[in-house]
Amino acid sequence: MAIAIQGQVPSDGAAKAPRPVFEIEGLHIDYTTEFGVLHAARNVSLSVHEHESFGLVGESGSGKSTLAMGSIRYLASNGKVSDGSVRLNGVELLGLSPKQLRELWGSSIGVVYQSPLSALNPSIVIGKQLAEVARQHLGMDASAAKARVVEMLTKVAMPDPEAVMKRYPHQLSGGMLQRCVIAMALMTNPSLLVMDEPTTALDVTTQAVVLDLVAELKREFDSAILYITHDLGVVTKICDRVGVMYAGEFMEQAGLRELFSRPLHPYTLDLLGCVPRFDPTPEKRSLVTIPGAIPRVDELPPGCIFAPRCEFVQPACTEARPPLVEVAPEHHSACRRWPVVPVPSEYLREATEAVRASGSEARDVDILVEAKDTQVHFKAPRGVIRAVDGVDLKVAVGQTLGVVGESGSGKTTVARAIIGLTPATGGDITLRGKSLPRSTGKRPRSTLREIQMVFQNPDASLNPTRTVGDAIMRPLSLLAGVDHDEAKRRAQDLLRSVSLPVSYFDRLPHELSGGEKQRVAIARAFAAEPEFILCDEPISSLDVSVQGSLMNLLMQLQVEKHTSYLFISHDLSAVQHLADAIAVVYLGHVMEIGDATKVLAPPFHPYTEALLSAVPLPDPDVKQKPIRLGGSVPSAMYVPAGCRFHPRCPRFLGDLCANEEPPWREGEGDHRIYCHIPLDHLTHLQAETLVFGEGDSPGENA
Amino acid sequence: MVRFILRRLGFMVLTVILASIIIFWATAVLPGDVATMVLGRYATEEAKTELRHELGLDKPVPEQYANWLGDYVRGDWGASPSMDTVVRPVVFERLRNSMMLALVAFAMYVPLGIFLGLLAALRKNTWADNLISVGSLAFIGLPEFVSGTFLIAIFSIQLGWFPSQSAIDPNASFLESFPLLILPAVTVALTSLAYVVRMTRSSTVDVLQMDYVRTANLKGLPPRRVLFVHVLRNSLLPTITVVAIGIGWLIGGLIITESLFSYPGIGRLLLFAIQRRDMVLIQATALLIVIIYVVANLLADVLYAALNPRIRYT
Repeated sequence: MAIAIQGQVPSDGAAKAPRPVFEIEGLHIDYTTEFGVLHAARNVSLSVHEHESFGLVGESGSGKSTLAMGSIRYLASNGKVSDGSVRLNGVELLGLSPKQLRELWGSSIGVVYQSPLSALNPSIVIGKQLAEVARQHLGMDASAAKARVVEMLTKVAMPDPEAVMKRYPHQLSGGMLQRCVIAMALMTNPSLLVMDEPTTALDVTTQAVVLDLVAELKREFDSAILYITHDLGVVTKICDRVGVMYAGEFMEQAGLRELFSRPLHPYTLDLLGCVPRFDPTPEKRSLVTIPGAIPRVDELPPGCIFAPRCEFVQPACTEARPPLVEVAPEHHSACRRWPVVPVPSEYLREATEAVRASGSEARDVDILVEAKDTQVHFKAPRGVIRAVDGVDLKVAVGQTLGVVGESGSGKTTVARAIIGLTPATGGDITLRGKSLPRSTGKRPRSTLREIQMVFQNPDASLNPTRTVGDAIMRPLSLLAGVDHDEAKRRAQDLLRSVSLPVSYFDRLPHELSGGEKQRVAIARAFAAEPEFILCDEPISSLDVSVQGSLMNLLMQLQVEKHTSYLFISHDLSAVQHLADAIAVVYLGHVMEIGDATKVLAPPFHPYTEALLSAVPLPDPDVKQKPIRLGGSVPSAMYVPAGCRFHPRCPRFLGDLCANEEPPWREGEGDHRIYCHIPLDHLTHLQAETLVFGEGDSPGENA
Repeated sequence: MVRFILRRLGFMVLTVILASIIIFWATAVLPGDVATMVLGRYATEEAKTELRHELGLDKPVPEQYANWLGDYVRGDWGASPSMDTVVRPVVFERLRNSMMLALVAFAMYVPLGIFLGLLAALRKNTWADNLISVGSLAFIGLPEFVSGTFLIAIFSIQLGWFPSQSAIDPNASFLESFPLLILPAVTVALTSLAYVVRMTRSSTVDVLQMDYVRTANLKGLPPRRVLFVHVLRNSLLPTITVVAIGIGWLIGGLIITESLFSYPGIGRLLLFAIQRRDMVLIQATALLIVIIYVVANLLADVLYAALNPRIRYT
């Protein structure tokens, strides 16, 4: 079943100017290191026109940031552009002196960065930092520059610009800061705007607002945009054309729609397959995996650099490196076998397998873990922080409960309360109907064994001085009570079951990649043969292809071992892919809970509706109704009266919402919504938000 | 900001009171009977009792302490048996000397240290950086009595430029005493220079890698402006704190240097008082040194808060 989400989409870009504003031709970027010269980008070319945005997509290590920064000649002292040409408005950048470059930076070239908080100087007020650009490049005096800053902040829809100018960066939220940085970059109406993952550090809801803003500014300003991102969903919101990079080279370049509907390079095809489709059906399918890892630029294979991981490889592929050539109008591919690359929808069906026919049929299964009216309140100097404020959840045996919400919603604290790391201050947590002591210290070992956790950041959760083997053997000897030889044997089995070579047993964490470390963390969680594993954003910090393979791993282990999961994520696509049931959490309280298929179809809680409309779906043809949330999650110290969501609610009714706590409205099955608006009314209001299609999958909408 | 300073002031008073208890306990209560020490072992019991009464020693210890602290706050610091004079003017004269020495040393090593640290950071991993880092490190390990002795050997004995003893005249003005201050000040500066250099270098190296420095560069600002407006503001913060805390040591802690050059500073006065077991003088001097340290720390906190908007009003 497919969804067609209606509403506004960014325009396809204005009419193309005859000549590109920004052109990169045959660019080579080298880094001199102690191990020799690394060719970080090799023979790359691209061009961007006025009002157009070019998406530079790739996983980490693909060289996308190196290319973007190198093309505007901002490289570390050991980096240099060794060959090629970069032209901005016809002016060759490679021949410019440092002084001439500084005249272009900030005036003809604006840059927006990944983390706005670290991109702004912490000890200078916002207004001054922005005014600096106007003074430097527009020759304005202090008062003219100030007026210009106010004007620009107004253009990026900043509420109360005058007040914001007096603030320091740490006093503003991420979304506000990114607006300031965008205002700063556009101050001089630059010909080229480089945006380096500008929404990656933001919440989904804030990301949606910023993406809307960029789409709008794209129409208003003449700038050509070079948009760097790893997120295929974000690309569809902003970009007109997309280039897919891999280990320092372009694999494919095409218009947005062509690339998504008819990719002509196997790597693009695989990337599209790694990302879960938004397809809330009970059937669970695996995701496409790409074997191996992105090669280091000093260990490139001969011939096509993707060949070792490619499914369509032929002996000829490994002999000569295929150039990027125009294989269809405006469509470039570096694959010599591009005619055999299949259409994504067919390929996805073939390359993936059904992991489980259905999760929701077996609704009568036993409840494993239940949290009843759970509270976690912290005392702070100026009040009480109500991090978790009356949460009710149930996790069924062998199933996954997905928990979603913005940062600050208390989803991690709920998990920590269930496992006992942060003892609950109220309510009851039961395992198979038996009440558990609140803190880990008071729980018997048998209980500790049954509940395990996988944390977001494997770098922080694995002891850097302990080998992989030690990490996995620890719960075996501590909780499963087996002797050393047996523990070692089982640890090696576990390594195999998370698809790591047994030789990793004696390695230290720093010798592993991020995805491999998370596999070790998963193996460790499974070591004690728990019945329940809490996964706290286990894939968020990883590359898309690694995310896909880890989601496959989690699903496969669940089927094999019949383990239950609580899967926390801010990524609704990942949650809908893995979860049988979903709980939507806001400010320490569940807003909506129920079967995944029920939660993801109307009626929605207005918060769920806003989250759904904010997820950037990796399909340019899906239309989402733009429902945007203002501001950010308030502090849990000042929980609003009435419905705690009312100050941000797009469907706010009035005094009722502001003063009275909403009722739980019962939907189908155990679907429940915490809202004043009756369910049939919500269904009616939200008919437009999500419209189910005629049984075709979203990938085929092209 | 006012609330912040008031709170720190409150902590400061508490620290001084705590320190005064320790000083009083260590000097007045611990080492046995004062009357016996003053009058000798063969004094009559009546004489001792009378003296104890005179000194207030027959009262309970907390009352004695309260009286002493009250007198101290009122400015009555008592009379020193070993110097046979009222203590306060002597201590204040020595404090003035110490501050003069501190000022000269401070003016030598702080600007130089910051300059060298910046240079090393901007020329990271070049010969200039290595030279500065290794050079300043060499002096950190060199005790004052070694570097001071070398300085005396070269500049006063060999070259005869400066006197080897710096017993300045209490009536001389700062300018008249200045030549006598140079050698001890250089000795102190050599030891402290490395801290400033290393702190400045490491924080500047860190700040140069910050995203906001990249932002400043890609705004097209001239390199000078990037350095002075965007880098220094942040990179000098830790250095300023270290330097401000060091002021306490610079005024109250130079016992070795002062002794080496026979400089009449407050550190040497404390040493003298301890050698003579002059409890009144020890108490007065030690408490003053505590106050100097505490004030220096307050200064560091306030400076840091004033320069760093992120911790203001906390």
